[in-house]
Amino acid sequence: MGSNMAEAHPVGFQWVMEAKKNGARVVHVDPRFTRTSALADQYVRIRAGTDIAFLGGVVHHVLSNDLDFREYVAAYTNAAFLVNEGFADTEDLDGLFSGYDPATGSYDTTTWDYEGASQRVTAPMETGMGGPPIEGAAGGIAQDPTLQHPRCVFQVLKRHFSRYTPEMVERVCGVPREQFLQVCDDWTANSGRERTAALIYSVGWTQHTVGAQNIRAGAIVQLLLGNIGRPGGGIYALRGHANIQGSTDIPTLFDLLPGYLPMPRAGQADLTAYLDRVRARNQKGYWEEADAYLVSLLKEYFGDAATADNDFGFGWLPRINGDHGTYRTTMDMIDGRVFGYLVMGQNPAVGSANGRLQRLALANLDWLVVRDLTMIETASFWKDAPEVETGEIAPERCRTEVFFLPAAAHTEKAGSFTQTQRMVQWREKGAEPVGDQRSDLWFFHQLWRRVRERVADSTDPRDEPLQRLAWDYRTEGDEPDPQDVLRRINGIDLTTGRTVDGFTDLRSDGTTACGCWQYSGVYKDEVNQAARRKPHDQQGPYDPEWGWTWPANRRLLYNRASADLDGRPWSERKELVWWDPDQGRWTGHDVPDFPLTTPPGFDPPADARGPAALRGDDPFTMQADGKGWLFAPTGVVDGPLPTHYEPHESPVRNPLYRQQSNPTRRVYPRPENPYDPSPPEGDPDVFPFVLTASRLTEHHTAGGMSRQLPHLAELQPELTVEVSPELARLRGLTHLGWAHVVTARAAVEARVYVTDRMAPLRLDGQVVHQVWMPFHWGPTGLVTGDSFNDLLGVVADANVLIQESKVATCDVRPGRRPRGAELTAFLERLRSRAGITSATGTTLLTAGRSPTNPPPREAP
Amino acid sequence: MTATDRTPPPPVDLARRNGYFDPPPRMGFFTDTSVCIGCKACEVACKEWNHVPEDGLDLLGMSMDNTGMLGANSWRHVAFVEQRRPGTAGPEEQTLAVEARLRAAPRGGSELGTTPLPTAPGGAVADLGMPTVGRPGDGTGAETRTDFRWLMESDVCKHCTEAGCLDVCPTGALFRTEFGTVVVQQDICNGCGYCVSGCPYGVIDRRPHDGRAQKCTLCYDRLKGGLTPACAKACPTESIQFGPLDELRERADRRLAELHGQGVAEAELYGRDPDDGVGGHGSLFLLLDVPEVYGLPPAPVVPTRSAPQIWRRVGAAAAAFALAGIGAFASAAFGDHP
Repeated sequence: MGSNMAEAHPVGFQWVMEAKKNGARVVHVDPRFTRTSALADQYVRIRAGTDIAFLGGVVHHVLSNDLDFREYVAAYTNAAFLVNEGFADTEDLDGLFSGYDPATGSYDTTTWDYEGASQRVTAPMETGMGGPPIEGAAGGIAQDPTLQHPRCVFQVLKRHFSRYTPEMVERVCGVPREQFLQVCDDWTANSGRERTAALIYSVGWTQHTVGAQNIRAGAIVQLLLGNIGRPGGGIYALRGHANIQGSTDIPTLFDLLPGYLPMPRAGQADLTAYLDRVRARNQKGYWEEADAYLVSLLKEYFGDAATADNDFGFGWLPRINGDHGTYRTTMDMIDGRVFGYLVMGQNPAVGSANGRLQRLALANLDWLVVRDLTMIETASFWKDAPEVETGEIAPERCRTEVFFLPAAAHTEKAGSFTQTQRMVQWREKGAEPVGDQRSDLWFFHQLWRRVRERVADSTDPRDEPLQRLAWDYRTEGDEPDPQDVLRRINGIDLTTGRTVDGFTDLRSDGTTACGCWQYSGVYKDEVNQAARRKPHDQQGPYDPEWGWTWPANRRLLYNRASADLDGRPWSERKELVWWDPDQGRWTGHDVPDFPLTTPPGFDPPADARGPAALRGDDPFTMQADGKGWLFAPTGVVDGPLPTHYEPHESPVRNPLYRQQSNPTRRVYPRPENPYDPSPPEGDPDVFPFVLTASRLTEHHTAGGMSRQLPHLAELQPELTVEVSPELARLRGLTHLGWAHVVTARAAVEARVYVTDRMAPLRLDGQVVHQVWMPFHWGPTGLVTGDSFNDLLGVVADANVLIQESKVATCDVRPGRRPRGAELTAFLERLRSRAGITSATGTTLLTAGRSPTNPPPREAP
Repeated sequence: MTATDRTPPPPVDLARRNGYFDPPPRMGFFTDTSVCIGCKACEVACKEWNHVPEDGLDLLGMSMDNTGMLGANSWRHVAFVEQRRPGTAGPEEQTLAVEARLRAAPRGGSELGTTPLPTAPGGAVADLGMPTVGRPGDGTGAETRTDFRWLMESDVCKHCTEAGCLDVCPTGALFRTEFGTVVVQQDICNGCGYCVSGCPYGVIDRRPHDGRAQKCTLCYDRLKGGLTPACAKACPTESIQFGPLDELRERADRRLAELHGQGVAEAELYGRDPDDGVGGHGSLFLLLDVPEVYGLPPAPVVPTRSAPQIWRRVGAAAAAFALAGIGAFASAAFGDHP
């Protein structure tokens, strides 16, 4: 679900085909029939943005028919824990949980607590991305092992999804009842002791205002069916590029330090204050040792300058005080608060939501540095943006000074890729870069050298972090040796000068340095473990000597759950790790994800903390309570359970609650960012169709790496818009003729594909048409075209600030779009017809408003 | 006929027949379309390795296919076939739109092969009285299906046992390699174009700028170096398999039996039969529908197959004429005189 794996991840899809050859049943749920659907055993068409309703339906089906893997659920998840008496569900509050504050559009989450434990009330992005802290989690949580108590998580979950019936799934998602039940049957029949089922998602799940909750919903189903921590099970997050996983682990994100440690916030005076937000005083699991991870990171950053006396240089780390994400920054550029911008490996002028907003922002800078393989739109916007045609950007007056620096491609530099399975694989340099093209490592090293020279004699305390930064990598020519960077990421025992073996070696006393605790072990024994390439036929089924997987070269996370309560595999067919009573330790085909000598029946003493506090049946070793979370008492800011909310822009009134959309979503009311109206407000007839987008195999994201290459460009030479024959008739569209797709933001023209791969959905008598477009085009390259992303507005999930780019509303009209000043006037007319103001779509709270749903009607 | 009741074909040692003393086994492709995901990696890998130029940045609208057909500048071609659900009448104008595009598309081929048809004044494609081409798969095979189906197939030179192109080549530019494959030698080809009409599949074509014939070499250079052909190497799902033809035939038979066992009754092998019109392929295909659906000829025959017969008839006719002539003379010489 939410993934077009065959097209977006064709190399990984070989394993799905292999599994299919071995008898696996493949089901694909997607708004559009894709190349993945073509190879699946069953294809289910779904309305874009309704995945939680579908998955909630599966949860309802599982719980109401007692199909859950009860032994697993009772022992390994938090099903038995009791929830605070003050908790109120969306069923009670018409789509809201208890604690909602309409003034801030956010939740006070204290009522979501477990009984007998208390969370730290946290702002989004405050605790990093590890298991959030829970005070008292190492014992003291009230529970009912029979799962009967009305306030136990199991019963709360059951009530929460009680109305997500097959009939409701049909009304919300447009999935016929029989098709839905077929999926339920396949999923449950392929789960349990003898069998496991895997769930695969990609950005079709994440890029929504309910992005984090989509994944939570998938996790709940997989936990109920016992599919986590077991071979053949799991949830696979397919990443968007070869090394996106790596760039999240060692992040390019404003709110994270390496290893999912949070970036310090303004006001956190010292290390203790910081660590108090990351971990509780009384909790289980490995986050308890966050002090060792952070101090080792500081030792790596600042070297000898980091000492116990100066808090290991904690004060030199930058602080954040809110949202500094890419969209916020873009808007700050328009408002004149950001003056310079460095863009690498990204093409926001065509690749980010609301292209016009992006380009107007770029046009209002003092300087802009773009490093890329080819001249991309982000570097050339000042002369070829659509806004030049409309007169909003004048090349001769555009104030931004653009520096374009040629970059080396991945084949022209050595380094590592971390893929979806967390496997780090080393790659060698294939060819020398030509001309002035240089690696990123070279660029940052040279930039660093020059900046350091500038601040060498500074007495400004602001420059102290720069002066103290160690940056003492071994160099090769004029750039650091990437292997040495990896070695330092692995971590060094400063007492011996040798690499540490793994993250359990890290210390909080300053005797170890480590660039990212999760990667500790990747350079074990002074060997680049990521470069190992032992063929499959020379080693066991899990190939431990091919590359290296974080953490600890473990191929499957939480694999203690692959064994039963007594430490025996649930079945012979699905054995992975198990307790060896003779040796008194965990063993198996994979590196066990558990304290090696903690026996299955272990009951820790009351004063135990951290890893030592894990019970023998606590497989989720990074969680504060050791359990898989069906219910998330903390860490997710928009609800402890996933709930169906309509997308921010939707032609449909939420059939489940009067709360229409996610009440915590981030809206940005600005003149450059108008929203299409959705029920219960405004006139939805102006933009009556559902718009969704994704990539084509033949192109790479915003097209910078494919539109310039003849052998790729010729395979998909033009921007297209796919519509069903029914919609084509409705709007008078012809195959290969022109059409323009319009939203409140833009009009984008494309060639029409009339295809049976698209089909209208019927929900409650209302016919919903869906429209699909790829997003790879822009004004430069061998093949050019309008940019899909111009159509989108910026609205984001409150947990991780990801934009909702997988669903919006639109209209499709035959013919080419208006140009220049006519385009501006055309959009103005449309917005006025739809009654759009800058307030449209920004009212977060709709629960308790219009008393009845509007009567069902046929879309025009 | 199913795979299991076929009698194994007699070993055709093509290379030995062509004068190689100790040849390696005959090599070929087995393209299993049941696992093809239409990624076109084969097309790109082929072009990169063999320096085949771009073939026109034109949108054809044949589902995801903008390559259109095999030709001088496309040695691999992935066909996409959208088969409508029975009962849903697809838009007829779609077929017409694609047809017009396909006929007018700029292509890197010659006038005998894939070059666009001449346009009449006003830009319309001149009607030469040729049969029209619908989208592959339209209106076929829908009788037994209940769902929409999307087929993908990577097409390539068949490397026929009886190769029409090779038979008619007057210069010896086309030759049979020691691997049993058929390859054009660029430095010998004189661009006569006989091979283009000699191929019953429309595979080989000439490049307009130099007129020389071009087609898949089954990566002869890579085979010489013990490497897998570029397309098979790049194929992520092993839809394109490469190996000794004998092994591939066995693999194809097993896969066919497997699919038949799973209820995919319409699956069939294409080019498997050594008794077919071209003596069987060096590149086999497992198809999920009849060949026409993929735009492949159902029962191709190598044009030169009838050559001996033709020559016999020509000889007979000549002899008859000769006799008739003699007869006439005889009659003139010995005829009755008034």
